Amino acid sequence: MTAAPDREGPPRGGRITAAPDRDGSPNPEDGPPASQRACEDCLRRSWLLARLGAQFDFARRRGRDLPLIFDLPDARLIAAIAGAVRPAVEREYERFDAQTAVAGCHAAGVETICRCDPAYPRRLATAPGSPAVLHVAGGRDRFVAFLAGDAVSIVGARRGSPYGLEVARSLGRSLGAAGLTVVSGMALGIDSAVHAGTLEAAGATVAVLPAGAERPYPASKRGLYRRIIGGGVAVSELPPGTASRRWTFPARNRIIAGLSAMTVVIEAGERSGSLITAAVAEDLGRELGAVPGRVTSALSAGTNDLLARGARVVRDAGDVLDAIFGVGVRTAPAPRDSISVRPELRELLSAVGAGRDTLGALVGPGRTVEHVLTGLAELEVGGHIRRAAGGRYVALMPG
Amino acid sequence: MTWGTRIVTFVLKRATTTQENWRAASPTRDTDMRSVLGMLAQVATFAIDGVDPRPVWVEVDIRSGLPTFTIVGLGDTAVRESRDRVRAAVQNSGFKFPPSRVTANLAPAFLRKVGPGFDAALALAVLAASGQVPVEALARYAVYGELSLGGELRDSPGALAVAEGARRAGLERLIVPRGRAREAALVEGIGIVAVASLREAAEVLSGREPPRFPALPAPAARTGVEPDLSDVRGHELPLLALQIAAAGGHNLLLEGAPGTGKTMLARRLPSILPQLTRAQAIEVTRIHSVAGVHAGGLMTARPFRAPHHTVSAAGLVGGGTPPRPGEATLSHNGVLFLDELSEFQRTSLDALRQPLEDGHVTIVRGQRVLELPTRFMLVAASNPCPCGFAGVGDRCSCGEVDLRRHRRRLSGPLLDRMDLLVSVERPGERELRGPPLTSSARARERVLAARERQEIRLEGTGAACNGEMDSRLVRRHVRLDGEAELALGAAYERGALSARGRHRVIRVARTIADLEGHDRVRVADVLMAVSLRQRDRAEGALAA
Repeated sequence: MTAAPDREGPPRGGRITAAPDRDGSPNPEDGPPASQRACEDCLRRSWLLARLGAQFDFARRRGRDLPLIFDLPDARLIAAIAGAVRPAVEREYERFDAQTAVAGCHAAGVETICRCDPAYPRRLATAPGSPAVLHVAGGRDRFVAFLAGDAVSIVGARRGSPYGLEVARSLGRSLGAAGLTVVSGMALGIDSAVHAGTLEAAGATVAVLPAGAERPYPASKRGLYRRIIGGGVAVSELPPGTASRRWTFPARNRIIAGLSAMTVVIEAGERSGSLITAAVAEDLGRELGAVPGRVTSALSAGTNDLLARGARVVRDAGDVLDAIFGVGVRTAPAPRDSISVRPELRELLSAVGAGRDTLGALVGPGRTVEHVLTGLAELEVGGHIRRAAGGRYVALMPG
Repeated sequence: MTWGTRIVTFVLKRATTTQENWRAASPTRDTDMRSVLGMLAQVATFAIDGVDPRPVWVEVDIRSGLPTFTIVGLGDTAVRESRDRVRAAVQNSGFKFPPSRVTANLAPAFLRKVGPGFDAALALAVLAASGQVPVEALARYAVYGELSLGGELRDSPGALAVAEGARRAGLERLIVPRGRAREAALVEGIGIVAVASLREAAEVLSGREPPRFPALPAPAARTGVEPDLSDVRGHELPLLALQIAAAGGHNLLLEGAPGTGKTMLARRLPSILPQLTRAQAIEVTRIHSVAGVHAGGLMTARPFRAPHHTVSAAGLVGGGTPPRPGEATLSHNGVLFLDELSEFQRTSLDALRQPLEDGHVTIVRGQRVLELPTRFMLVAASNPCPCGFAGVGDRCSCGEVDLRRHRRRLSGPLLDRMDLLVSVERPGERELRGPPLTSSARARERVLAARERQEIRLEGTGAACNGEMDSRLVRRHVRLDGEAELALGAAYERGALSARGRHRVIRVARTIADLEGHDRVRVADVLMAVSLRQRDRAEGALAA
């Protein structure tokens, strides 16, 4: 088998890496002091996951339960899933050199923190199958500080609707402003909107990536990635240079759920990966919330299903704060000033919010095109609505 | 060879009488008549360079030697082949092709000559040089047309351009194929001789009364066949936007699901634009004649061109070898409609930038520079998203990536030149059964009144309508009332408008006020313009 992920090769995909600009071969002595990095055993474990990348996909296809696999000690893990490459893996396992691994991380501009470290996020450490090492881009100290506080994860569909994206952005913004650490997966759609919203409020945000932490995944999100590692952190359990695989996505989702006190799902289809995150959060006994959607929308089937099975209804940041801290203990900061809606326009705004969101639906007896158009413009300029694809208008959430 | 000397004297005589006329038109006229030993004749004709006529001399020299017929002077294959056509046509018309060494030159030699339009001039020059038609008669004529082997003059595109060239060169008469007479006759101050054959042309030159062609009917008023806004049911907003676009010369982007009527609406835009002036009509007719898409009388309707989305950059703005006018030039003084905007190649759309901005396109081929007029209104139609159903219930299944890819396919520089964005929704059932909201005649009246207001305001600025105002003109000529100023300021302050977006909104608001007949732009006009604006990329950004 030749499917071993290329660990030493140059990062593929996006050209942006977290590595600071420097030339020459990496020197282990440049690396952080031993107390500031993962221990050898944990690094070896992390290397092993990357080395067995292809075998994990194979094992998963045969229906093995990932969380259980992640709990196996190294030797049994190799025995369980290495298959034909087992002798080679065992040989390489014996010869593993922590210095090289540390140098590799250092060269990629990634810092490490391991399970044995007291600074390792407490909540994640208590979760079964927690990662041995977290590779952090954007600052290990920042990451530790973020996770010392309360964290909430918000995840959702890649193909979010304008409504979902708007809610995601607004929740990220309000919870970031409320001082919570907002965790998500930097995927397209909802996840990215969450990060972007949090960054808008200069809040703390953590992106858990399905590949090496030193480069953006998906590559098209390089702009967002740059902003995240500028004001937040990007983390991954996989060493730098590891490519994403099928199994790394659900594996990443377990970290998202494990890091946070509450998980909120915004828009998820019936078979969405976000539901894996929700299931993990439920198994860990963490709070689980979902944003209600229309019952006719396929994008809301998953979230509405969660609600039906007892997840908390999340309408705004206040609902999240109530769930984590108890009702009324902490309140969301006041929404940023928006021009108050003139009474004549309230009806129009509520019509847009109720889903009559195209001009054709809004024009009617007593409301001419000119009236509606100027009204919509006023609402848009005032920051109450936004125009989306297809001439649709989306009501914006305050905050 | 008894008639040899006679011809030479003719030529010498003519050289002195007509040189005046030709000096201006033909800068390379350097034939030294006195050194001519054989028999020489010259005929004026015109080559079409882009859409402009360029004077060309056909010179024929006959001298003793083995019978040959050579054509020199940078002609293309069609010109080289005219050797055989001319020879056959001359003989089949009952003339004699001189059994000597015949050399024809198309001057000026640097200009590339394209197409079979020089046939008739070549044949008549041969006849003149061989004494079969009087040379001095030819001096007042320009000749244009393709020949058949039997000697008939064939329909050749571009007669109007040739007639304009002939008048500019000071010639009195132009011989054209009969099918093109009506078109050539649009040029005043030149006599058009329409002939069916080489024989007839020779007879006219020998003094016979030219055959008459049917009198030109007066330019037809708009007929009912033209698509009319009264065919449209519902679509209140798009109809409004069409009028704003027509009144202010704003480029327009229609966005809507398949089958909602985007194309139908766009086709009706020419019907509410002001009538072409005579000068504009002649220009349009000339362009379309040269391109071979129109033959006959004056074109009175504004052109509407809707090229298919596979069109190349050269097809859109002009080019190729020989350079031909593209769709942008064909829609000069009219409407260029790009349906399925996102399907066009990026390179084609980006090429539209200069034509849109400058009103003309400059094409450089080899050592030649060609300028083609391209003052058109751009209307584009596009699906709102790749599946086309955004805005139609919950049918859209496009994600963020799809939308972004779709958006990226629309050329940025092109979108920057679109002032208006209108969503075209499916009209309701009741609207489909109801009466039309307006008619082209009514809409045109409003448009004309608004245009008049703009002309008065913008007189002497170089801009004809609000869509052509740059930021300097906007500052100088657009007055907002206090409330409107406040609303615009608030929108800009809050980041709802970019600087460019603000500029666009003001221009469109000015047009809306013109349609309403107001001197000052009111807050309602500004808000309407805000709703109809084409979002800047920075303004319309989705999450991250």
